[in-house]
Amino acid sequence: MLSVSDVSVAYDGVPAVVDVSLELPDGQVLAVLGPSGCGKSTLLRAVAGLEPVTAGRIGWDGSDLAGVPTHKRGFALMFQDGQLFSHLSVARNVGYALKLRRAPGTNARVAELLELVGLAGYGERLPATLSGGERQRVALARSLAVQPRLLLLDEPLSALDAGLRERLAGDLRTILQAAGTTALLVTHDHEEAFVVADRLAVMRAGRVVQDGDIAEVWRRPVDSETALFLGYARVLDGAAAVRVLVAAGMSPDGPAVGRPAVAVRRSAIAVSADGALTGVVRTVRATPEQVRLVVDVEGVGELDAVASLGRPPGPGDPVRLSADATRLAVIPGP
Amino acid sequence: MSAVARRSRLVTLAGLALGPVLVLGIFFVLPVSGMLARGLWPDGSFDRGGVVDVLGRPRTGRVVWFTVWSASAATAVAVLLGLPAAYALHRLEFPLRRVVRALLLVPFVLPTVVVGVAFRQLLGEAGPLGFLGLDGSAIAIVAGLVFFNVAVVIRTVGAAWETLDPRPGEAAAALGARPAQVFRTVTFPALRPAIVSAAIVVFLFCATAFGVVLTLGGLRYSSVETEIYLLTTNLLDLPAAAALSIVQLVAVTLLLVLAGRLRAVPDATVSRVASHARRPRRSDAPQLAATSLLLLLVAAPIATLVLGSLRVEGAWSLDNYRALQTTGSRQALLVPVTDALGYSLRTAVDASWMSLTMGLLVALVVTRRSHGRAERRLRGTLDGFFMLPLGVSAVTLGFGFLITLDRPPVDLRDSALLVPIAQALVALPLVVRTIVPVLAGIDDRQRQAAASLGAGPLRTLMTVDLPVVWKPLLAAAGFAFAVSLGEFGATSFLAREERPTVPVVIFRLIGHPGAMNYGMALAASVVLAATTATVMLAVERLRIPSVGAF
Repeated sequence: MLSVSDVSVAYDGVPAVVDVSLELPDGQVLAVLGPSGCGKSTLLRAVAGLEPVTAGRIGWDGSDLAGVPTHKRGFALMFQDGQLFSHLSVARNVGYALKLRRAPGTNARVAELLELVGLAGYGERLPATLSGGERQRVALARSLAVQPRLLLLDEPLSALDAGLRERLAGDLRTILQAAGTTALLVTHDHEEAFVVADRLAVMRAGRVVQDGDIAEVWRRPVDSETALFLGYARVLDGAAAVRVLVAAGMSPDGPAVGRPAVAVRRSAIAVSADGALTGVVRTVRATPEQVRLVVDVEGVGELDAVASLGRPPGPGDPVRLSADATRLAVIPGP
Repeated sequence: MSAVARRSRLVTLAGLALGPVLVLGIFFVLPVSGMLARGLWPDGSFDRGGVVDVLGRPRTGRVVWFTVWSASAATAVAVLLGLPAAYALHRLEFPLRRVVRALLLVPFVLPTVVVGVAFRQLLGEAGPLGFLGLDGSAIAIVAGLVFFNVAVVIRTVGAAWETLDPRPGEAAAALGARPAQVFRTVTFPALRPAIVSAAIVVFLFCATAFGVVLTLGGLRYSSVETEIYLLTTNLLDLPAAAALSIVQLVAVTLLLVLAGRLRAVPDATVSRVASHARRPRRSDAPQLAATSLLLLLVAAPIATLVLGSLRVEGAWSLDNYRALQTTGSRQALLVPVTDALGYSLRTAVDASWMSLTMGLLVALVVTRRSHGRAERRLRGTLDGFFMLPLGVSAVTLGFGFLITLDRPPVDLRDSALLVPIAQALVALPLVVRTIVPVLAGIDDRQRQAAASLGAGPLRTLMTVDLPVVWKPLLAAAGFAFAVSLGEFGATSFLAREERPTVPVVIFRLIGHPGAMNYGMALAASVVLAATTATVMLAVERLRIPSVGAF
């Protein structure tokens, strides 16, 4: 089990990571989610032993890792752009760590790994001849070869285009589960985190602002900035928040103490003949799956909403809207 | 615990740097400071009046002024001639481009003495350009300096130009900029660091040039460097020599600091890509013409030299080459030139491995990623320290060797290693400058990937660095070899009479009267030039852009 306690990292006195504490039980995948520059990659590098920590402790199964160099930690690190050794063939890249350990049966294991990542038969090719997605698969196979105690993934899918990213995220999840790997993933893409991880830690300005089970974090973002980063379209407060809560059939003085705020996903507000909210459509955009609207809702202000592709309203049309309680999150007051 | 980790990193860094620092300390700082001490503390007490007196002499003023203006003029001409050639040879694709590139690099490693001899042959009374009356003039010296250093401009600027991202220029053109405007507003600003860097290095080389000024300047012109030589060997005026050395040392240090600043700041922001050279268009004619002219200017002295070596008493003959097996007329030499060639080659081999070993260690130390400001500053200081031999008078170094390394703890007076060590130090900055850009260009995450897969530091070096760096290492070795073959300043002090190197022999031969001695000097120059040119052509085949670039 990885335990990070009160870790801080600074570059030339400028703090990049501040007082971060995290726990990662064996066999789980933890995603550290945050905007670029929030210190998440620095945290990963500190865990890998590439960055000295200025305070705090990084431990594995109770033993302190301070002073243990990167190559003795048994943590494999996979980069955004793979960092394959360009002069070695795919098979020799994948078998690199096995060869270092003089492990028997290297060839069979390499074939097995290439099979696992869906690249059977690619062994003799050079990295330069592969596509971006194939390269990342090889990098993953290389990282998994010696069954690392912990796999560190630094934005593993960010360099890929959208369609490939989605597919590979699912594959990554399957592969990590099949191998039973404990992994720490840093990413700025919440979709990627949802697909791959079991647990989520949200980082902002060097600090972890929220962490826990991924569904739990997603359901109860700790503040409005976190909510927006997790993909909620808008955060409402005051009378507008109460109005939406009531429309969704929730009690406005439920868990929220003081001034409640509500984070609303785009799909929480849908055009519906018997909806409790009324408004006037401002803009309409059709996408392949649904029609996206911006509606000026009475007593609330502008809200994002969706309509089915069948009979979409036009700009200026009055509409009735319903609110889906499962796609709202109540944010505790300050 | 983090303090412990940081201290252990610094200890490792210091351990790696210790070897080269010790070597440079014993074989560079000690001799140079010994030489300075001998001049400034002649009787064990500091003699300030002497220094002021020397610097106040009218002759000193003339020497310093000549050094500054000749070096400035040569730098300006070298940059002006080098820029079009850098463009033509690195952005355009035409037949024999690589050969021309290699040929233009050859002058840089040609032995200074050979260049001196070639220019005298070209401009002398009997030479093809004798009617110009330039023999022994300041213009001849400037021409010699340009001949030498134009390669530095072509290399340094060309390497930057070759990898320049063409897209900003294309964007400017799409916004309506004419080619000249594109150059002025986009290309030139991106190249400026390389141009300034090249100009500073060329100025450095010109201001500390020794062999060219000595052979072409005769008694009329003297630079700081040759003046130090004359003061120490002929006039035995050590305080004066020491004072001039200090002036030179201070000026060189300032220039190196300036060069470091200019090199470090803007380059990182310029995006680099591997771009493809294109076929020449009609609009490239001026650049191609300028390159052809340059090629002609470089070829003329060499051609005259070769032709001169084949003439004996007005007829074609190989007698000058046959005479290389003798010691010349009137006992000009103690050993035949062929023996000297053997010594030269052996010395060059030793100097090459020494400078290569040291250069590799230095390059490793200065290119590793730094944690924290203190470490970065330490690496920067080390980088500058190892560049010092670039500009310190080779004469000062040679003389310093003689007077400091002749007694315990370091007694090398009779060691055959004295000359190679001095030459290795002269070549060290060139080796470092060849390897550092390559090592610095490796994405550090490759090393981190290897480490995270369980590779230790040594194994990481073998996996990540070695496959990339072996070719540049080979090129640096060849470069060091060529530099060592031609080194004259320090060697002229240190080579023993019975074990001279070829440049020393050539200088002796042209100093002795007699047509046969002069003919032998020409033939020996051709042999030496051919040897270094062959080595450099082999190096060029490795296609390492950082060779000869600064």
